[in-house]
Amino acid sequence: MSWLPAPLAELVDRALVAELTVVRHDGRPITYPLIPLWDGQKVLMTSSILFSRKLEHIKDNPRVSLSLSDPVALGGLHGRATLQGEARVFDSEPHAEWERVLPLWSAKEPSVLEFLKARVAFPLYFERAVIEFEPRRALYWPDGDTSRAPQRLEGTN
Amino acid sequence: MDLRAGVAMIEPAEGLRRLADFPFALLSYVDDDGYPLSVAVDAQVDTATGKVAFAQPADVRVPLDREVSLTGSHIRPRPGWGYDQRRHVTVWGRAAEAGSGSLVLEATAAWGWSEAEIPFPEYVERTVGQSKRYLSRLSAELGRPVRPKLSFGWLTLRATRLPFLSATFIPVSIGLAIAAWHGYFDLVTVVLTLIGAAAVHLGLNVANDVFDARLGADEKNVNPTQYSGGSRVIQYDLVSLRGMIFISAAFYGLALAIGLVLLVMRPSVALLVIGALGIVLSLAYTAPPFKLVYRGLGEITTAVGFGPLMLLGAYVVQTGGLVSLEPIVASLPIAILVALILYVNEVPDRPADARAGKRTLPVILSQPQVINLYLLAAVAAFAIIGGGVLAGLLPIPALLTLLALPLVRRVYDGLQQNYESVYGLMAVMAVNIRLHLLVGLLLLAAYLIVMAVAAIAPGVPLFLRL
Repeated sequence: MSWLPAPLAELVDRALVAELTVVRHDGRPITYPLIPLWDGQKVLMTSSILFSRKLEHIKDNPRVSLSLSDPVALGGLHGRATLQGEARVFDSEPHAEWERVLPLWSAKEPSVLEFLKARVAFPLYFERAVIEFEPRRALYWPDGDTSRAPQRLEGTN
Repeated sequence: MDLRAGVAMIEPAEGLRRLADFPFALLSYVDDDGYPLSVAVDAQVDTATGKVAFAQPADVRVPLDREVSLTGSHIRPRPGWGYDQRRHVTVWGRAAEAGSGSLVLEATAAWGWSEAEIPFPEYVERTVGQSKRYLSRLSAELGRPVRPKLSFGWLTLRATRLPFLSATFIPVSIGLAIAAWHGYFDLVTVVLTLIGAAAVHLGLNVANDVFDARLGADEKNVNPTQYSGGSRVIQYDLVSLRGMIFISAAFYGLALAIGLVLLVMRPSVALLVIGALGIVLSLAYTAPPFKLVYRGLGEITTAVGFGPLMLLGAYVVQTGGLVSLEPIVASLPIAILVALILYVNEVPDRPADARAGKRTLPVILSQPQVINLYLLAAVAAFAIIGGGVLAGLLPIPALLTLLALPLVRRVYDGLQQNYESVYGLMAVMAVNIRLHLLVGLLLLAAYLIVMAVAAIAPGVPLFLRL
């Protein structure tokens, strides 16, 4: 079981897209929109090797944050949250290792299954890594109003 | 333009212009613990001064001693599908206090992507270099080579561009049908002819990729489609250059061996000349020093190779060297239409071809000239069939090919409407390929009808005799 309160887990679970922010080697934050997949314990994301700068940044510095902020991408939920923690990249077999997240991925983006049938057309797109992110703490704005102070939550596991 | 680095980095002013289109921005910075932290803020963009103002979020201390970023991100959810209309932009700069609890950021750098401006397939193509760098680093980390993969079947299909074999099977089948109509048919040499012709074609396809890779034409092309831009297996590291050279040599070797067997079985000067010319032209198409496709001669070479040489070659194998006017006339519309496949497929490739010094007709000619020449050539193909029927050189059922004429109009209109749209041209290219296939199949059907009618009702006139 995750320490993440149910409303935050629901934000991750409902989000079509969230913003993953990582730290570049020069110390700048850099933000990437990604589909967050909630397995009940961790946030899983997947990235093609075509767009792999984020993976390099995570390998160099695993401290990341994940922002759930856009009500449109959150399916109408108005809460907002930023999760902070460490991420880990799994890429020892980029051809197939990522397929473990396919059920969660296709639940949010069913078109990926059609896309996958045409793998021959985009072979590099389907060479992918999995990013596993374990939130350590969170800032939560229940009504989405960031002009008010957030609730600060700490992980217990 | 730097094709590798120019994908994402944009001018700060452009980044601000884009950021202004988003309903809110995500402020991000690295906190004192070293973790990134993001907060949604209402950003007021002033493109004139290059600055963005936003309120200090409550209970969050935005650092003034390091760079922060503001990100806009948008998708349109599509239930049952996922989402589309992807776009995002990030601008960086240092935040400064602007009084009344607000902060201001002066943009110093920006990056972003909008699929409305750079379609996803092009975006993918522009990031191939990054994927190679990543796999190279990963290989070093793991201590073993990590390369992209495709199943053997998909890789074969992609590397050889197998579906384009219709361009071979059409003329060869018509040549064999005309020979059969003239009373010559031998199953063993028919099979050998089909395999040999296919081997030359596949050898040519692979050799074309090898030479285009060496000359840089495919590398410079960031808008490949399923019909143009080569197989890209070399660019994607799916097959090595050396592997492709081996595959091409193997196909040519097979073609040569079959050609020699056919010469032994059906010796003739005509077959020797056609076979030798076919192999030489297919190699000279992209191979230095000839590089015919780089000199504005690719279309005519394709017409000769996949028209008269294939069709007449198949015919003379059956007849033992006997040549007649009928297969020559039948080969001309096929020659024109197959050259038009290449010609239309070259339209989206023309910027990359021009950069690589590949002077195809769409590179040399203006847009109106390219489109008008298409119409002229396509109509000429049908005129030759009509003229051939009127002259009694082609059978009356060959007029069935006129059923394909509306496709010419569709390609012509498609070229007018999509000339500058790489992905809009994909549908046009598909119709144009169907035009060649349909005319070829209808011409083949015409000969099958002729043979069937001649067998069933010998007295029925099948050719006009004026």
